[in-house]
Amino acid sequence: MTLLSNISWRSIALWKRNRDVFLFTWKTNFLPPFLEPILYLVAMGLGFGALIQADIEYGGRSLEYIKFLAPGLVAISIMYGAFFECSYGSFVRMYYQKTFDAVLATPLSLEDIIAGEILWGATKSFINATIVLAVVAVVGFSEMPGLLLIPVVAFAGGLMFASLAMLFTSLVPNLDSFNYPFFLFITPMFLFSGTFFPLSVLPGWGQQLAMALPLTHISNMARDLSYNIWDADMIIGTAYIALFTAITFLGSVYLMKKRLVK
Amino acid sequence: MPAVRAEGLTKMFDGFKAVDAIDFQIEEGECFGFLGPNGAGKSTTMRMIHCGSPVTSGKLEVLGMDVNDSPRQIKQVIGVAPQENNLDPDFTVRRNLTVYGRYFDIPNGECGRRADRLLEFMQLSEKRDEMIPEISGGMKRRLIIARAMMNEPRMLILDEPTTGLDPQARHLIWEKVRELKRQKVTVLLTTHYMDEAERLCDRLVIMDHGKIILEGRPRELIDRVIGADVLEIDVPGDEMEAYVKERGWQYERTIDRLLVYTDQGQRVVAELKERFSMSYYLIRNATLEDVFLRSTGRALVE
Repeated sequence: MTLLSNISWRSIALWKRNRDVFLFTWKTNFLPPFLEPILYLVAMGLGFGALIQADIEYGGRSLEYIKFLAPGLVAISIMYGAFFECSYGSFVRMYYQKTFDAVLATPLSLEDIIAGEILWGATKSFINATIVLAVVAVVGFSEMPGLLLIPVVAFAGGLMFASLAMLFTSLVPNLDSFNYPFFLFITPMFLFSGTFFPLSVLPGWGQQLAMALPLTHISNMARDLSYNIWDADMIIGTAYIALFTAITFLGSVYLMKKRLVK
Repeated sequence: MPAVRAEGLTKMFDGFKAVDAIDFQIEEGECFGFLGPNGAGKSTTMRMIHCGSPVTSGKLEVLGMDVNDSPRQIKQVIGVAPQENNLDPDFTVRRNLTVYGRYFDIPNGECGRRADRLLEFMQLSEKRDEMIPEISGGMKRRLIIARAMMNEPRMLILDEPTTGLDPQARHLIWEKVRELKRQKVTVLLTTHYMDEAERLCDRLVIMDHGKIILEGRPRELIDRVIGADVLEIDVPGDEMEAYVKERGWQYERTIDRLLVYTDQGQRVVAELKERFSMSYYLIRNATLEDVFLRSTGRALVE
């Protein structure tokens, strides 16, 4: 594991840098994750949901559409929080602001920088998802005690999406190229990961395809925890996150070194 | 212990030798210059010294530590002011220093004290709360140098510290570099300005095509390569050139000038005046720029 031997506690210093920028502009940072779920709940839950008369069977429970939808919104915020941060955010810091170059002249290694960025991406998922969760829980669409574990899933899932984003960041030639991963991965996941409708309505192959997507597992875990459904989803999801994170993290470190060390 | 010691230092990029087996030694406390045309390999050498670029082959020690084995330890005790402006645009002037100090694991209180002292030193105290895009180019350069000093480095690397600055800003930076020299900080400098190198450097090397072609003290190099005086003659004739050549004087013919390098400018002028009509000529002191152009050639490097 020579790829990992240069990672140290010093990556926290980079995490703190990003945290400081975030807190510096906190007013613009906290508002979207607070307002967005409200808009979705009103439009999709109350508006669109009014057309759906039947309850949705999920994990042995029968849920109104809006209750089914709410944990999906938490899952989506986990994905977007880290993915935006470590795609557009990291690329701007690396390419335009030359922040990585500046930090490389200090005792931090490139591996520390990547780890710090990914830790920060996961933190963004944690913050955003916790705000969405609070909104959802206040209106009763997420229940105790399971919901207390959702921020943990948010951080772990954040690590996964941050590592995936960093992989693309190490590959894209310019900012516009992020349209491809967004169009090819993120938007399909947003729509087809059991976020807006239960996967059981899909044909068998569709369900299997969905199970390969990272967001499906986050979405399942968020919904299970919201309604205290304890089944295999949690174990499968945890294993999936661990494996997917390990692979994408190692890949992003390898490719980022290839890109930046000259 | 030398500040930097390089033996057979080489850097290859895809089969191209950017730095070609160079040897040099920089002593602690001196100001050492790397000069050379664009693409000569000086920035690459600097980047290898501050562990920003891996060494292809050869040996490179910084403050007694090998760059391959101890990059973190080396980076902990040196300061780097890069050529490129990479200040953090997300922070204010002062915050740029304190956040940078944190990368060196300097406690918050100490970071603040050092930042205030360095802002004072670089005459930036009034701009402490401005954001980076709002300050001038000269201030940015000063802030980059201040930032490089946050860890109180034993050796400071200045990569073209005054490029693009107005004369006031250049002189201020020179003053600060001289002050650092008095404090016995080792300074490594690259520059395209020969007057800057002549004023600041105790010793320097001139690089070209990845190799060191000259090494020495600025004054020594001028004496050795050029002599005391340069005689510049406008619109010379071929007969004059033939005469100069015959006399065995060191000279160079450019498109519109004849440059004669000599220790006795007045005597040479008198001799030439007897034989040729010279509409315009100039005797001046030889400078490092003459050394540079003589040794690296006058052709443009693109």
